[in-house]
Amino acid sequence: MILVIAEHGRGEVNRATWEVVAAAQQTGEPVKVVVVGHDCRGVASELATASVDEVLLVEDAALATYTADGYTAAIAAVVQAEAATLVLVAHTYQARDFVPKLAARLDRPLVADCVGLRRQDNAWRFVRPMFQAKLAADVLVDGPAPHFVSLQLGSFRADQVQRGASAVPVRPVAVSIDSAAIRQRPEEPFKEAKQAVDLTQADCIVSIGRGIKGPEHVVLAQQLADALSAELAASRPICDAGWLPMDRQIGSSGQTVAPKLYLALGISGAIQHVVGMKGSRMIVAINKDPEAPIFELADYAIAADLFDVVPAIIAELNSQS
Amino acid sequence: MKIAVCVKQVLSREATIRVNDQGTWVRDADAQFEINEPDQYALEEALRLKEQHGGEVIAVSAGPARVTQVLREALARGADRAIHVGDDALVEGDAFVVAAALAEAIRPEGVDLILTGLQSDDQGFGQVGVVMAERLGMPHATIIMDVSLADGQVRVKRELEGGWFQWVTLPLPTLLTIQSGINQLRYATLKGIMAAKKKEIRAVRAEGRASEQRIARLYVPEKSKQTRVLEGSAAEIAKELVQALREARVI
Ligand SMILES: Cc1cc2nc3c(=O)[nH]c(=O)nc-3n(C[C@H](O)[C@H](O)[C@H](O)COP(=O)(O)OP(=O)(O)OC[C@H]3O[C@@H](n4cnc5c(N)ncnc54)[C@H](O)[C@@H]3O)c2cc1C
Repeated sequence: MILVIAEHGRGEVNRATWEVVAAAQQTGEPVKVVVVGHDCRGVASELATASVDEVLLVEDAALATYTADGYTAAIAAVVQAEAATLVLVAHTYQARDFVPKLAARLDRPLVADCVGLRRQDNAWRFVRPMFQAKLAADVLVDGPAPHFVSLQLGSFRADQVQRGASAVPVRPVAVSIDSAAIRQRPEEPFKEAKQAVDLTQADCIVSIGRGIKGPEHVVLAQQLADALSAELAASRPICDAGWLPMDRQIGSSGQTVAPKLYLALGISGAIQHVVGMKGSRMIVAINKDPEAPIFELADYAIAADLFDVVPAIIAELNSQS
Repeated sequence: MKIAVCVKQVLSREATIRVNDQGTWVRDADAQFEINEPDQYALEEALRLKEQHGGEVIAVSAGPARVTQVLREALARGADRAIHVGDDALVEGDAFVVAAALAEAIRPEGVDLILTGLQSDDQGFGQVGVVMAERLGMPHATIIMDVSLADGQVRVKRELEGGWFQWVTLPLPTLLTIQSGINQLRYATLKGIMAAKKKEIRAVRAEGRASEQRIARLYVPEKSKQTRVLEGSAAEIAKELVQALREARVI
């Protein structure tokens, strides 16, 4: 049996959880889903529309807001009571925060950030990126079940979830949570000062990464952006360094965009960047490393030094207009 | 305030990555190494907290003899002393093996705060800090973008997805995994490098725990998308690209 740990917020199932349900269903094993929280029966009912064995619902006032201590205590009890072979979860920020603790508490391995899983020679093989996605590894796990596995966002398709003819049972599970033992005291989530630029509306985006070398070269990218009537955006390290403001950052901790054209200059293509731009209609990548992961999703790949090619593109655009 | 900061030695960002003949790890015999990027921010944060609150910063690294290089670097940037948890197997060890090695080296120090980077650029487990916290019975918070200490507590800014943040307060001792960009890094000065030569790097043995995760095969991922490769001189590439953009009506 595969146990899926659901994630939800503001009464809604996280999209990434549906991806994990789809992944679990595709293994052909029986699947159960566990929902943890308070007043979240609606979330459980929504998940019960999937073709799974049952949905387990753990509710306690101490679980109303997420804490690593609370979730670990609650889910550890459920995992111990259920004889799962695998425990699957989406590799979200929340999962990063508590699943390693949960796995350590039960002394079972966690294979993190997987993009695939399959049975081979009577064992599970997990595929996960390594070296910032420049390589992939097939990973084998020893020791007794269950094994914890987190799945990278977007590696399975939420729209492939199989729905049942009727809703499956939701089974409340009682666990005792000692709220005094929860050591994290979280406050309300918030956004930093209002974003000045909304890149989601841009038709064309020129995006720069660490390959731009220094703040003095940002002007070159700006010239290209001007010639294309594009907005300028960047990978995280550029914004961390203050070469462009934070509200121009693309990726999991920045904006998610889907322009007609995304032109990536000196960006390696780390997953946290890619999730923010892979929906772009046309992706052009310029990177001097022919094996840069960004080329895997590029429509047009230019394996060259951006300082040679970009001035030529600007000249070409300006000569024709 | 006694702070331990864990720093991992990883292949330098400029290094060309090649799989070894067995297809199980990379060729790193004569590679260039550096401190894992988020760990550099963790070190910087530790140094800043010490400057504000006094105390001591202990840099800890687990791995073969070569990792003393990153400990020297940490000492040169301002850490007071270092612990090297030595074992060649730690390079390919899983997160639990590394976390056990680091945790047992730090346990006798009785620190107030442990800082780690949020994940490494090579293995990318993103687990070592959190697993250490569980092992040491400490609370933790991950992906931290701000740390302030007051009254025996720590208030931290957790990064959430899509530009959201959240403040969380925790009692000490605690463990935090630090996100890149939390601060501006300092680099070692000549004075720092000289001073580092006199600072202690204590060697301890790793606890012998066996990895439960094994890499059966390491490889360059297959491409799934149809990609047009544009080649030639810069001018030729530019011409071809601009033509393609016009044909696709994106400009
Ligand atoms: C929890 C978490 C959240 C994150 N959120 C984000 C996010 O929202 N957005 C984001 O972008 N990242 C994010 N990151 C960071 C991400 O993992 C990568 O570190 C980052 O995207 C790398 O940025 P980069 O591609 O610019 O730099 P690098 O990975 O250093 O790549 C630079 C590239 O430039 C190329 N290059 C160098 N010189 C030249 C030249 N002259 N011409 C052409 N090419 C050249 C190199 O070959 C290399 O491929 C996050 C990480 C974590 C762990």
